[in-house]
Amino acid sequence: MTTPPTPPPEPEEEPHFASWALPVSKLKTEDISSDAINLNVNGRRLTGPIQGFGQMWQKTYKVRLPGVSLTPHEIVDVWKKNFGSFWPKGNRFYGSVIGIAPGEVAVLNLAGPGGVPLVSTGVLVIYADDISFSFMTPEGHTFAGMITFGVAEEEGAPIAQVQLLVRAMDPIYELGCRVGVVHKMEDVHWHATLTNLAAHFGVRDAKVEQKNTLVDPRVQWGEAKNVWHNAAIRTGLYMPVTLMKKVFKRG
Amino acid sequence: MSQAKVTVSVRKPNPQAGIIDIQGEVTATAETALMEAYAQASNGNTRAIVLNFSGLEYMNSSGIGLVVTLLIRVNRQKQRLLACGLSDHYKQIFELTRLNEAIGIYNTEAEALAAVGG
Repeated sequence: MTTPPTPPPEPEEEPHFASWALPVSKLKTEDISSDAINLNVNGRRLTGPIQGFGQMWQKTYKVRLPGVSLTPHEIVDVWKKNFGSFWPKGNRFYGSVIGIAPGEVAVLNLAGPGGVPLVSTGVLVIYADDISFSFMTPEGHTFAGMITFGVAEEEGAPIAQVQLLVRAMDPIYELGCRVGVVHKMEDVHWHATLTNLAAHFGVRDAKVEQKNTLVDPRVQWGEAKNVWHNAAIRTGLYMPVTLMKKVFKRG
Repeated sequence: MSQAKVTVSVRKPNPQAGIIDIQGEVTATAETALMEAYAQASNGNTRAIVLNFSGLEYMNSSGIGLVVTLLIRVNRQKQRLLACGLSDHYKQIFELTRLNEAIGIYNTEAEALAAVGG
């Protein structure tokens, strides 16, 4: 009797490889709450800062958390688990049951003035480790690009940060940016989020610092066609149908 | 602020191309080193910058953001940005983030330089 040859050991995967999502051709939502208005995500491609239309901005929002004795890892863990709860009122983040992990798709229902549902869109979690995580946006989202969240120790206190590297997705959103409306909505959103995060850890009246850098002043006319997928327009068009479906389902 | 865990060096194999060799970790802390290397690699005749990732140990999403920022700077100088020496894992990440649509990806430095015509 012969002993079968021992198979060679499987090469061990580098631990940080698991921090990244695998490439996806089109997004697909799974296990999303039925409360979500789930439009403009399924079947959409991801878009990075390269694929957007407008000027490229890097926007960094930071809040210091003095007196918080938790490690960055512990703070990020809380942030991931309660991500949507820190958003300003009216805005909803519908993650999968797995939560914020590489490869997971979430649906966003973003509110306009007065809390009226304005845009249904989504994100893919492209990266997540112990101290940071990143999203990329699908076609139709306000911005094409990446949003990175993280916590680091600086001068004896944790600092929570949100950093966007984005272009307005299409000419309509870019117009909104140029007149200041879209940038203002974005700024209000992340200032409120970081203030709420700080309050969760007991830091009252936290001051959010913001730095904007214009990375590329040019627009990309070749991407003007992105307007076809504009999630704000499509949400507006589909909203009556979606609401009627919900009413009939309840009935 | 965390210390950069990256070493970058610059070579000019010909007047048209500059190669930036990257060893270690590409994260937000690598920004100064990478941008200084680009300034050194680029001059009036440079048509292409090749990022040699064969010594890359780790890159996070901030590192990808850094490559995007570098790409914009390179393109504004009417130069091309190429990459070589990426492992299969990082090739996948360039595909995920759609950076491969803007940066030429080559297996070897020789292939990248041939694409530049150098």
